[in-house]
Amino acid sequence: MNQPQAIRLKRLDYRILETCIHCGMCLPTCPTYMATKNENASPRGRIAMMKAVASGELSPGGHFADEMYHCLGCLACQTACPADVPYGFMLEEARADVEASRVLATPARSFTRRMLLSHVFPSRVLLRGLGTMLWLARRTGLQSLALRTGLVRLFSRRLDALAPLAPPITRPFTAMGYRTPGNPNGPNVALLAGCVQDIAFADVNRDSVTVLEKLGCRVSIPRGQQCCGSLHAHNGELETARRLARINLDAIDPLAFDAIITNAAGCGSHLRHYARLLRDDPDYRERAEAWDKRVQDLLAFASTFPRLPESRAPRGARQRLTYQDACHLVHGQKIHAAPRTLLKALKEYEWIELPDSTRCCGSAGIYNVTRPEQARALGNRKIGDIRTTGADVIAVANPGCMVQLRALSREHNLPVRVVHPVTLLAESWQ
Amino acid sequence: MLRDGPGGSESHAMIRPGTIQHLISLLGRDRVLDADEQLIAYGFDGTATLRETPGCVVFPETTAEVSAILRHAHAEGMPVVPRGSGTSLSGSAVPVPGCIVLCTARMERILEVDADNLQARVEPGVRTAALNEAARVHGLFYPPDPGSMNISTIGGNVSHNSGGLRGLKYGVTRDYVLGLHVVLADGRILKTGTACVKDSAGYRLKDLFIGAEGTLGVVTEILLKLSPIPRAVKTMLASYTSIRDAAATVSAIIAHPVIPCTLEFLDRTTLQCVEAFAGIGLPVDAEALLLMETDGHPAVVEEEADVMMAIAREHGATDVKAAGSPAEAEQLRTARRSAFSALARRAPTVILEDATVPRNRLAEMVAFIQETADRYRLQVGTFGHMGDGNLHPTFLTDERDRDEMARVHDAFRDIFEKAVSLGGTITGEHGVGLSKKDFLPLVVDDTGSDLHRVIKASLDPRGILNPGKIFG
Repeated sequence: MNQPQAIRLKRLDYRILETCIHCGMCLPTCPTYMATKNENASPRGRIAMMKAVASGELSPGGHFADEMYHCLGCLACQTACPADVPYGFMLEEARADVEASRVLATPARSFTRRMLLSHVFPSRVLLRGLGTMLWLARRTGLQSLALRTGLVRLFSRRLDALAPLAPPITRPFTAMGYRTPGNPNGPNVALLAGCVQDIAFADVNRDSVTVLEKLGCRVSIPRGQQCCGSLHAHNGELETARRLARINLDAIDPLAFDAIITNAAGCGSHLRHYARLLRDDPDYRERAEAWDKRVQDLLAFASTFPRLPESRAPRGARQRLTYQDACHLVHGQKIHAAPRTLLKALKEYEWIELPDSTRCCGSAGIYNVTRPEQARALGNRKIGDIRTTGADVIAVANPGCMVQLRALSREHNLPVRVVHPVTLLAESWQ
Repeated sequence: MLRDGPGGSESHAMIRPGTIQHLISLLGRDRVLDADEQLIAYGFDGTATLRETPGCVVFPETTAEVSAILRHAHAEGMPVVPRGSGTSLSGSAVPVPGCIVLCTARMERILEVDADNLQARVEPGVRTAALNEAARVHGLFYPPDPGSMNISTIGGNVSHNSGGLRGLKYGVTRDYVLGLHVVLADGRILKTGTACVKDSAGYRLKDLFIGAEGTLGVVTEILLKLSPIPRAVKTMLASYTSIRDAAATVSAIIAHPVIPCTLEFLDRTTLQCVEAFAGIGLPVDAEALLLMETDGHPAVVEEEADVMMAIAREHGATDVKAAGSPAEAEQLRTARRSAFSALARRAPTVILEDATVPRNRLAEMVAFIQETADRYRLQVGTFGHMGDGNLHPTFLTDERDRDEMARVHDAFRDIFEKAVSLGGTITGEHGVGLSKKDFLPLVVDDTGSDLHRVIKASLDPRGILNPGKIFG
């Protein structure tokens, strides 16, 4: 288990690898294939390479590693796949093999990854420390200086390209240990605060509490919870992901709640698979199974309520509202209708569908940091699509996507409000 | 040709470093793939169990580049396997060991949509669905719609004479090709056909290259007919407790005579897999489903739909209903197109075939397929384009089980022999490729086989173009 040379892909069940019959139905939905028309950059091509690694025909080399990280992990191929190939799961295993093989290792990459994945994201103290630094800098008008000296430098040398992507920092952060005052009889739910969400979009967490309380829930934000580990699992650091999962399972007893609520698509897509992540851990597996059953995306959870709060009437002309499907909501969790049902019911807005709303915006976790050119090309297409809708507001349920769309709409002078759906609900529900 | 067959590093050695260098000088470094890791993804198409390792992959972007590549390959005697999106289902795009894979996917410009003449001129890498999107702006559409139309390319469609769901009313790819630019094996460029509906000048050379699976030349430009989008469409679904009743319905509709645009069939195994994927509420307890569609003038569509639904009920349909909206109809068509891939939920290896019979022999053929599966102890899912007699019996198996794979092969031989004895053919729309070349003599007689060889030898004397496919 701890041998660095053991190839994880070789331990996968034959049936998992052979589910792919390379029919090609995934190809038209894959952003990297459609941009390159190169099978190496396609889901079935990557799976073919994974199979070659699993069979020992190929050892993970530079091209293999490059393609595993060229993939956005948007999972559009999973939605398209009639054969139900678990591509995302296979990709996580393959990336872990890439990291173990160290073919991509350079001192700079290793440092950056260690700083981010091992120290910053898993540590609420460090994240908040960085957040406070940036928040202070912003308050004192020094945000751009802070960006050059702070968080961004950790990511990459391409400062000019990246600086606009760094999220604005909100204060105060989420109130850990919060419990709904009073004692209503509604569902008892735990809210996960997230890591980036907590420092960059604490308002989304506050709005989530508002929405849950308006639905009649008892809300807790349990202390001790940590980053969910999705960034780690998606980037080949499965051991760290497992450590974080155990911390969360220790902090929150799934049996004590009716639901464990997350408001970030990328986190939810990972949080619902703790049992698979901990499948070899007898101490935690059972608890993880109970956890998986209770984790729900906030929007999907809200849409199950038979009666929703009244939304306020429009003041003046209605604003045009559109919606981008966060990949890990629509492809990762198959949640498509719920956000639309909730948002279309808001009287303040005129609803308009975004063309190709299920295509990735290019944010893709930390992809817009690791592959800025490709991420930007996808982001620019998305901005073009949003422009055709004439929308005043675009809702998207993931912090990474919000960062990407805010930065690019600003750059393209597109006057659109980028907002989490839950914020619109919190504003509008009476 | 199974995965432990010849191939791998030994065959890779067949390509000469000088060839790679020459191709790089023609196309640039980024349009030639030659690292071992990069070649794995080009070892297969959409066909089960077939896999080989090419020597390199090239991405030409113009007819002149294709010509230069072939001139060099011809001079060097290097095999060349043309490829579009690699969704072919007979192994025609599977590389031969050490070959140059010539991928046309980046030749993807729609050169012209000529709405006045109901035509479009495209490069071979244009996706079938993309052509339809471009035509729709002008109120037109391109009727052939293979199951893989969202990614299949026009070049691939031409090379396989692809069909689709609308074949019985609208015909197949061959019926829409007016003209072609083809690069011959030695690099010469042939421009054949005109924009005229009528053209009796000389041999119809274009027909040689349609369905030739890239064995006679590389298609680099296609002039296609388009049709006006019908004003009305009605989509219906009929459920049956027996496959024979569904087949009898199809025969009765054709004999009535009504020519619907679509009469698609799914058996129970297939429809359960499709429903597991699509989740659109298909009746999973039915033994068979017919997806029926008629299009055209609104009044005619209403009348034909009524006739079709009545015939379905007369022939034992337990439930017949019309799609409530265009979106619902599109869901049904999309679900049908997923049938082959959805069957992969049941087994690691799915082997799909393409036996086709005259439409009045459908019930007999469908029953024979089931008997054959039982006789060989095999699990089968059958679906297909019943309206044009084109069935897709699909065996659900595991390629590691050599005994079962041998039984699959025998079962297919029985099925093909039966289809031919009923006046049918071994492939309606997928082509022969590698997987059916053993069976080609069932439908091509000795004289025909001689002509195949003569034509191949005169157009490709060194045998470099997709060698070993279809025959030989």
